[in-house]
Amino acid sequence: MTASGAPSAADVELKPITMAKALNMGLRAAMDADPRVLVMGEDVGTLGGVFRITDGLKKDFGAHRVLDTPLAESGIVGTGVGLALRGYRPVCEMQFDGFTFPAFDQIISQVAKVQFRSQGAWQMPMVIRIPFGGGIGAVEHHSESPESLFCHIAGLRVMSCSTAADAYWMIQEAIECPDPVIFFEPKRRYWEKGVVDTSSRPETVASSIVRRAGTDCTVVSYGPSMPVLMKAAAAAEAEGRSLEIIDLRTLSPLDIDPVLASVKKTGHLVVVSEAPREASITSEVAARVTEEAFYSLAAPVLRIAGFDTPYPPTRLEEEYLPDIDKILTAVDRSLAY
Amino acid sequence: MAPDRWIRNPRTGPDAGMDAAGPGTSGVPTAEQMVHGLRQTAHGEGLVELLTPEGELTPDPDYPLDVTPDLLKGLYRDMMLVRRFDREGNALQRQGQLGIWVPLLGQEAAQIGAGRAMRPQDMAFPSYREHGIAWCRGVDPTELLGIFRGTDHSSWNPKEKGFHDYTIVIGNQALNATGYAMGQRFDGKVGSSGPDALETDEATIVFFGDGATSQGDVHEGMVYAASFDAPVVFYCQNNQWAISEPVETQSRVPLHKRAAGYGFPGIRVDGNDVLACLAVTRWALDECRSGNGPVMIEAFTYRMDAHTTSDDPTRYRLADETEAWKMFDPIERVRVLLTRSGWADDAFFASVQADADELAARFRAFTVAMETPPPTRMFSHVFSAPNQQLERQQADYLEYLAGFADGAGGAADGAAHGDDAVRADAHAVSAAGGAR
Repeated sequence: MTASGAPSAADVELKPITMAKALNMGLRAAMDADPRVLVMGEDVGTLGGVFRITDGLKKDFGAHRVLDTPLAESGIVGTGVGLALRGYRPVCEMQFDGFTFPAFDQIISQVAKVQFRSQGAWQMPMVIRIPFGGGIGAVEHHSESPESLFCHIAGLRVMSCSTAADAYWMIQEAIECPDPVIFFEPKRRYWEKGVVDTSSRPETVASSIVRRAGTDCTVVSYGPSMPVLMKAAAAAEAEGRSLEIIDLRTLSPLDIDPVLASVKKTGHLVVVSEAPREASITSEVAARVTEEAFYSLAAPVLRIAGFDTPYPPTRLEEEYLPDIDKILTAVDRSLAY
Repeated sequence: MAPDRWIRNPRTGPDAGMDAAGPGTSGVPTAEQMVHGLRQTAHGEGLVELLTPEGELTPDPDYPLDVTPDLLKGLYRDMMLVRRFDREGNALQRQGQLGIWVPLLGQEAAQIGAGRAMRPQDMAFPSYREHGIAWCRGVDPTELLGIFRGTDHSSWNPKEKGFHDYTIVIGNQALNATGYAMGQRFDGKVGSSGPDALETDEATIVFFGDGATSQGDVHEGMVYAASFDAPVVFYCQNNQWAISEPVETQSRVPLHKRAAGYGFPGIRVDGNDVLACLAVTRWALDECRSGNGPVMIEAFTYRMDAHTTSDDPTRYRLADETEAWKMFDPIERVRVLLTRSGWADDAFFASVQADADELAARFRAFTVAMETPPPTRMFSHVFSAPNQQLERQQADYLEYLAGFADGAGGAADGAAHGDDAVRADAHAVSAAGGAR
C-alpha cells in the first residue's frame, strides 16, 4: 500500500474495473507521485464529486490538497491559474460540460496563453476535467459536447479517453504534462468496465490508436462513441465487411498520421462524433485527410455527428446520437460510391 | 412609492452626466464647484490622507509612517521619473513609434506608494496601466515597450521581478492573484511567528480599476480569497473613469465598502497622496502576510489623460473636471513639502529632472531601435515542446517565404516583406506546400 492507501501496482489484480474507478486510481497515483498535485472543484472533496471520480481523495490526501471550492467556475480555473504559477499542478473539475462556460474566459485568455505571452517564463501545468456527452437522460446543459471549442484555441491540449485503461494512464499523462490539458471524460461510459494493467505503462496514450484492424473502410472517433464503433465493426464483420477502427484520443493537437495511413490502405473514411457537425473535430479530420491523402480516397469523407441543433430533450437523444445503424449506413454509402 | 432613502442621488441618476448641449453650457458646474464636490467625495467617510494637496503632513495613528527626507525624496524621484517616461510613451505613439500607449498620468502616487510598500518576496498582478508598479519591481521601463510597439506580448521575467505579465482582459488577474496567494498560504509562507516573519512571509497584491469592480472575476476573486483566507490585497485604483463610463455606472456605493460584503476590511485612501498609499498598502500587505488577509484598498485618484492614446476623453468628460483635479496633483504636494521643510534644495530638483530626461532619452532610443522578431517567433512557446502540427505549419511557411526573389521572406533576417515582393517560382512553392 502507498501513503494514500491506494493499492500499489503489485496489489492490483487484472480484473475489470469501471472507468470511474480507473480515473480515481489515476488521480491517486498522480497525487502520490507529486505533492504539488491539487484537486479542486465543486463537491469534489467531502462528496467525492457528483460522479464520485474524486471519491475518498480528501480523506486520504487532506483538505489542503482536495479543495471544495465556492460555486463559481471562473473562480475554479482562475485561481487554478494562480496556483499553477505558484508551482502547483491543479486538476480542476467542471461538474458538467454545460457548466464550463463561465470559466471559458479564463481558459481562453489565461490558461491557453500564459506560456506564449511570457515566452516560456511561465508554464501552465493544469488539467481541466470535463465530464461530457449525452446518453444519460439528463436535463439541459448536462449532455453537451463542446470539445471543438477548445480545440480551436491555440495553447490548449485536448484529450478524451474511451476505455478504463486509457483513463487511468491518460489522466496521469495529462497531469504530468507541462501544458494545460482539457480532459474530456465520456460520462456515459463512467460505469463501463475494462482491464487496467497498472504495472505496464504505455509510452503515451496521447496519440491516435488503431482499436481494430480492417481493410475495407476506416471509421474514426473518440470518447463516448468508441464502443458504438466497436459494435458497428462487429456487425459489419457479420456482413462480410472489414472496418478499421481508430480512436483519436488526442483531439488537439491532432495525431493525424495513423488516420492517413489507414485511409491510404482502405480508401474510405467515416468520421463519427456526437458533437454538432459544423466546425467540429469531424470537420477537421475530413479536411486534413482531404489535404494530405486526397489521391488515396475512393469516396468522399462522410460524417456521422450530432445535428446542428442544441442538444435535444432526453426523449429524443437516441435520435440525436450516433448509433450502429447510422454508422453502417454511412459505410455502405462510402463503399457504394 | 420608494422611501426617500432609496431615491438616487441626482449626480448618480440615469440622467446625470454631461449636458446634452456639451461642455461649457449652462448647468455645468464651475471649476470651483467641481473642486468642492471632488473634495467632498474624496474626503468622504474613512478616507486616509497623510499629506494634503497643500503639502501638510497629517499623521494617522492607524497607519504610522516614519516620514524622513530620504523617503520623501525617493518617492518624489520615483514619481517624477515614471511621469517622464509615461509622457515619452505618449509622444512616441503620436510620432508613430508605438502602436498604442496607456498613460498613467495622475496615478503616480497610487502606484509608487503601493509599489514601494511591497517587500521583495511579494508578488504583484498588474492590469495594463501599472508602469509605476513595474518601476518599483525593478522592471526596466524599456521592458514595457514590446507590448506597445507590438514586438512582444510581455518582455520581462515575471518570476524574477515578482511582477506578473500585464493582464489586458479586465479583471482576470483578480482570480489569478487569489490563486497565487492561496499557494503562498499552502506553502506555509503566511503567518509564521518568527522574528524574521516580515522578511520571509509573503503576500500578493492585485491591481485593477474601478471598471473592473463590475467584473465577475473580481467578485469571484474576493469570494475565493475570503473562503481560503488568501493573503491578497485587492488594490483598486479608482480613477473615476472606465474609458467613458463614470464610476457611478459601476457602483451605487463607494467601492471600498464592497469589501464588507465579503467579510474583510476595505479602506479608502487618497490615491494622490503617495505617503497614504505607501502606509496603508504596507499595513495591508503585512496584515496579509501575518495571516489576516485579505484586504481591499480603494485608491481614490484620477486619470488625468485619456484611457489610451486611442481614446478621446473630450467626448465624455469636462475639461473643467480635469483642470480641477490638477489641484490634487500627486507630485506637486511632495515638492511643496520638500521645499517648505528645506529637505531638498534646487540641486536635488535639478538632478531629478536631469535623471528623468536621461531616462526619457534612453526610452526613446530603445524604442526606435526595436526590431521586428522573426516569423518563427510565432511558433515558439505555444506549447512546452515542439509538436508535429506546428512544426509542419512553420516549415511550410518558411518555404513559402523562401520563394520570394528578394529574399524578404528569409526567416533569419526577420525583415518584413511588402505586397510588392516578387515570388521567384510560385508554382514550385505551391507544389511543395501541397505535398505535405
